[in-house]
Amino acid sequence: MTADAGLAAASNATFVAAIILYAVAMFGYAVEYAFGRKNRLEQPARQPVTVGGPPDVSESPDESDENDHEQNNLNTNLTPAQAVLTGRVATVAMVLGALAHIASVLLRGLAANRWPWGNMFEFIVAVCLAGVIAWIVVVARKLVARRLGLFTMLTTVIMLGVATRVYTEAGPLVPALDSYWIAIHVLAAIVAFGIFMVGFVTAVLHLIKRRWVLLTERKKRISFPFTLGQRLPLAETLERITWRLHVLAFPLWTFGVIAGAVWARESWGRYWGWDPKEVWSFVAWVVYAAYLHSRATGAAGRRWAPWIAIVGWAVVLFNLFGVNLVLGGLHSYAGV
Amino acid sequence: MTATSFRRKTVSTARRWWRQLTSMRTALVLLLILALAAVPGSLLPQRNLNIEQVRGYFADNPELAPILDRLWAFDVYASPWFAAIYLLLFTSLIGCLLPRLRDFVHTLRKPPPQPPARMDILPQHQHVDEQVDADHAAAVLRKNRFRVSVLRRDTDVVVSAEKGFLREAGNLLFHFSLIGLLIGMAYGSLHGWYGNRILVAGETGAFCNSLQQYDEYGLGANVTPSDLAPFCLQLDDFTAVFLDTGQPTRFTADIQYGQDGQAPHEPYRLEVNHPLELDGASVFLLGHGYAPVISYTDRYGVTQVSTTPFLADDAMLTSTGAAVFPDANVDPETGEADPNAQIAFEGIFMPTVPDDPPFTTSISPDLDNPGLMLVGYRGDTGLDDGQPQSVYSVSPEQIADGSLDIVDVDPTVLSIGESWELDDGTEVTFEGVLPYATLQVREDPGEILVLVFAITVLMGIVPALTVKRRRIWVRVGPDGTSLGGLTRTEYDGFDEEFHQLADIIAGRERQPEKMGSLTP
Repeated sequence: MTADAGLAAASNATFVAAIILYAVAMFGYAVEYAFGRKNRLEQPARQPVTVGGPPDVSESPDESDENDHEQNNLNTNLTPAQAVLTGRVATVAMVLGALAHIASVLLRGLAANRWPWGNMFEFIVAVCLAGVIAWIVVVARKLVARRLGLFTMLTTVIMLGVATRVYTEAGPLVPALDSYWIAIHVLAAIVAFGIFMVGFVTAVLHLIKRRWVLLTERKKRISFPFTLGQRLPLAETLERITWRLHVLAFPLWTFGVIAGAVWARESWGRYWGWDPKEVWSFVAWVVYAAYLHSRATGAAGRRWAPWIAIVGWAVVLFNLFGVNLVLGGLHSYAGV
Repeated sequence: MTATSFRRKTVSTARRWWRQLTSMRTALVLLLILALAAVPGSLLPQRNLNIEQVRGYFADNPELAPILDRLWAFDVYASPWFAAIYLLLFTSLIGCLLPRLRDFVHTLRKPPPQPPARMDILPQHQHVDEQVDADHAAAVLRKNRFRVSVLRRDTDVVVSAEKGFLREAGNLLFHFSLIGLLIGMAYGSLHGWYGNRILVAGETGAFCNSLQQYDEYGLGANVTPSDLAPFCLQLDDFTAVFLDTGQPTRFTADIQYGQDGQAPHEPYRLEVNHPLELDGASVFLLGHGYAPVISYTDRYGVTQVSTTPFLADDAMLTSTGAAVFPDANVDPETGEADPNAQIAFEGIFMPTVPDDPPFTTSISPDLDNPGLMLVGYRGDTGLDDGQPQSVYSVSPEQIADGSLDIVDVDPTVLSIGESWELDDGTEVTFEGVLPYATLQVREDPGEILVLVFAITVLMGIVPALTVKRRRIWVRVGPDGTSLGGLTRTEYDGFDEEFHQLADIIAGRERQPEKMGSLTP
């Protein structure tokens, strides 16, 4: 029982196509980011935040054809209209990339005749897919401007690039993974990690924006990466999206850990044994729980919360790479 | 200082500390400390996971290891400082939860609170000039699952409505369930036990459930060895299927078991992910390996056989182990042992010996071309002293202090049936290989509690994070109707919900089927 070579090759081809399309989307969004109109949310006159629904009307500046007068200092031959067009092309590339990505994951499942998340490579690829889908939903619901896709695409391309470093041929599973729990436990982890990834991106953007606002108020010189803040949505908006993403991902992650415990009981005889993967899953859970609590703990807690979310993502990454490649333990399988 | 003032001072200090401990900020700090405290247990080898690795760490770091050990660094999750952190956290949690539970019960028994004197100070408010029917307003709100109370006064009628109690209910359920989880775990560790056993195939490898039979075990404080159910297990055959890459795809252990003290007779096919449940305990298949059968014929022509499991060092099951013969070279006439003529072998077993040198690493985990390479030691094995020794290696202390001397013969790779003659004319033979299965037998009566509370954790967390608590007031007075709304939790959709409801109450819109109670 080995993998179907044709399907496996098709899966790899669509994987490469997805990376290329995401890279195209990234550059497209970068152009839109740099040359597009400045976000109207920058203007101080805005409805009070307390009332705020999702900034539905004011937050979709992409399609607007209003003129912008801050391009003067940019020595460029791209007009905002052209930048908007580039943004549209980027969105098409991103959606096509996601379709190629889905095809790649499905083909791998068909090639190996099993759930397509049986090793580290496949897991990272699936996490990225979950992240991209989460991002597309965020953009489709007009919670943020699509050009912020620049940062999501950047993160995704980096993650997928890293995935190629642990590439594993399509093949059957080790006996320990041969259980229907792989569909439940691993899928929950994938979706949760994907959403955490997007939450990490918005948390970083929020901090950049906050710093940018601070430096602007103090009339200090602003250097990269805080210059990016000029074209970001309001810090409050970014902070709220970060919160909503984590509120979505945290119960999923809780479920993922519990499902993992049930599976561990069937497979290894105990529901919890402080295996390195379990330790770091626990740490991630506790850190994200701290994030949720911190945000509810007054103004100071709220200021720190995005940092805790970033630490949470760092823990997730360590749980993925550090534990699999360095620490080992029961979650290390043939082909990582 | 008088006694009363001292007592008052103590009480007030205790109060202050208690308030400090039960504050959210303390809980937050404790959470982060707990996360941090869990880390070293994944970086250092842990006794509960792999005692051999801990021994290895001691051997590699003879200076540092004892110091770390005094800090419980090899038993992090059973250490007093780890327990101190989570017990503090849980105390803080209980101190926070009990008042919240009391308040919540109180709120549930009270009608929704009265509105402020002026509705227009509320973030959501509306005013219509006509007087709407207060009963209609109450009905609309009730239909949308608000708790409603109507207060009729001389000049006006006030409808107060509130919904979203599930948020706090979920919150309390979630946090109390965490305490339940801890109780379930504690119960399990007090009343549960486990044992790990390497079970070599064949009747001689069979064992019955008692502590001495386990290579490693843990017994809960409330369990005595006689509480263990009397069942027996025997491994008949072990099948492992591998890909060409050496990756396993299937393990099956054909075993027999007997309950109530009977000899093994019921056949069962044990597989990974499919434990065998026996008298409240579960038998899990954790791993497998090979036990070479090694015989030694001593100077008197007496042959002894050792079947010792070798432990795998890599994925190709290159395995290391030992065969110790403390009774070698005992004069059969006199029964007298020569304490310096005991013999022990240490070596590498390869299920598939490579075709070309070096013959030190197996190239497949399958038994394609099994080979055994041994190193012999002669002298005092140290087994007669009663010192506990690992069965997987020859005592390094005995070698180090010169009690055991290496037998100066170049080792060769033995195939099955081949013999190797030592310098004194004695002979060691590689007779064959038996598979073994690594089993874990475990009974954890706390499991079910943990499962139940894990489910209630999930049932609590979702409403705790998604349900929004909000209030709506309608005041019908001589100058018309004013409506106000207030949400105490962040709720982007409340403005829309409020105005939609207000429109229905004011009769500007027909009642929609039902409005969502969760996030939009």
